[in-house]
Amino acid sequence: MFKQQVYLDHNATTPIHIEVKKAMISVMDIFGNPSSLHSLGRQAKELIEDARERVASFIGADSQEIIFVGSGSEANNTVLSTFGCLSQECASRRKMRSNIVTTHIEHPCILETSKCLSDRGLEVVHLSVDLEGKVNLKQLKERLNDKVGLVSIMMANNEIGVIQDIKTIAEIVHEKGALFHSDAVQTVGKIPVNVKDLNVDFLTLSAHKIYGPKGVGALYVRKGIPFCSLIRGGHQEKGRRAGTENTLGVVGLGKAIEMRDLEMEEEKKKLLALKSALRKGIENNIPDVKFNGHPTDCLPGTLNVSFPGAEGEAILLYLDLEDIAVSTGSACASGSLEPSHVLLACGLNAEQAHGSIRISLGKQNTIEEVNYVLEVLPRVIKKIRAMSTVRRTRSQK
Amino acid sequence: MSQQPKWVYSDKLKEHFTNPHNILGEHEDPDTYDGKGKVGNVGCGDEMLLVIKVDKQKKIITDCKWRTYGCASAIASTSILSEITKGKTLKQAYAISPQDIIKELGGLPEHKIHCSVLGDKALRAAINDYYLRQGIVNEIAEKETHVVCKCMNITDREIEQVVLDGAKTYIELQERTKIGTVCGQCKQQASDFLQNCLNKHSV
Repeated sequence: MFKQQVYLDHNATTPIHIEVKKAMISVMDIFGNPSSLHSLGRQAKELIEDARERVASFIGADSQEIIFVGSGSEANNTVLSTFGCLSQECASRRKMRSNIVTTHIEHPCILETSKCLSDRGLEVVHLSVDLEGKVNLKQLKERLNDKVGLVSIMMANNEIGVIQDIKTIAEIVHEKGALFHSDAVQTVGKIPVNVKDLNVDFLTLSAHKIYGPKGVGALYVRKGIPFCSLIRGGHQEKGRRAGTENTLGVVGLGKAIEMRDLEMEEEKKKLLALKSALRKGIENNIPDVKFNGHPTDCLPGTLNVSFPGAEGEAILLYLDLEDIAVSTGSACASGSLEPSHVLLACGLNAEQAHGSIRISLGKQNTIEEVNYVLEVLPRVIKKIRAMSTVRRTRSQK
Repeated sequence: MSQQPKWVYSDKLKEHFTNPHNILGEHEDPDTYDGKGKVGNVGCGDEMLLVIKVDKQKKIITDCKWRTYGCASAIASTSILSEITKGKTLKQAYAISPQDIIKELGGLPEHKIHCSVLGDKALRAAINDYYLRQGIVNEIAEKETHVVCKCMNITDREIEQVVLDGAKTYIELQERTKIGTVCGQCKQQASDFLQNCLNKHSV
């Protein structure tokens, strides 16, 4: 057993950064409503506007283009719903373009919202991806027409870490007169992202994936483009998102972003080295494995690997018994009957998808932890395969 | 800091998952046993192979071993089944239901119930195989059941049992039995039969 939990599930969520924690505690007593004109209100308002500046400058946006929201899911819902709004005013602002193009590997908050819009009569197209998870650009070009209002493609995938060629995609989308949204919840704060350089119209980011608090995120909306609020009834966020601001959360997000600005580059190198050690160790010590996703265009800390003959939930729980926290694309862990839609979209068969685990490294991980995983994991896979009905000729070391 | 949270499943399940009993050894040949049953498939996430040794005079199962491809509850439920099977008469063993296994496991969350349904099927398949190999009349197998889902080998009798256990919709039926999760061709037939059962038992 290790001294403490070896946490390798940073794509699910991250521990809060000590500086973020300090910043949030220091403003805990600032309770004023940011909408109030008196000094207590103005004090809170100032904190929010400072954070807005910070988030905006980190991604190359103007501060008026940043809307604070309650989560990445909310931001994504907001963007998609803008295209589902049936009001005359919204429709004409969109130039009557309502159809949506997205992909098969998006987060469920995009897939389920677009399914709902499709039930309401919008045409929604899902693009396929190749074996490494890259979006089919030829198909994108073919499916764009003057009815398509929005293309929504995630920047980096949460399960396999594949990073899309966002700049090229944005160019194709704009050529055909549609708007482009990218869910960058897994990307902002892990690799450099600049909205002006990438030329995106909407972008989603979240605090808790980058050592910030849960329950707060931001949506970038390029100045002057059609937008329709999801949550109405208040003038907050310039009328674009009603509800009294989450001052504490927003301060946490601002601080998390500030820390990413300082630490991201160094951390990236470290994570790549740890991942490479992990990958080599798995390859050398476990027979018959398959690494999923793109070999180079991948988030620095994400490693997705399949162990045919072993089932993912069993792997996850045996690792949990040895204080290692990972995630799996197996159906059994999610409570559904289908394994990971992302892995299936990448052409994996059901056995490979059921037998996958996702290891997502973060700032606090060390080489000692990686070595510990490399000591435990081969033993766990050997144990599961020994009791499995699936038999292969293999030379397990 | 807060204390260690409870484990995902019951202590009994954890114990059987951590140290599964009666695994059929890697180099052991399942065909040296008196009866063999294999059900499920890897594609849908669970596959089970179960073998039995039988005392032919007393008609008692003297040994039961297994291999399982599946999640923690599938592994633990096969392990526990292999324990409760030993020493039972063929007739008693044939009557073991998923509910018996779940009870032995100390309960399972609703969405995990389907993981335990393969064990009893594998056991019945092994007993049927034993009779077949002995060339004697299978005196236990009921003749009047009809297989609705061919991929998962689910009979009308099982659907009725699940209705009696509280399933009201096709989704609930599927959650508990994995019916129709492979080719899906039986969906209409299963839904019709489900409706009949609901009417019959006026649920």
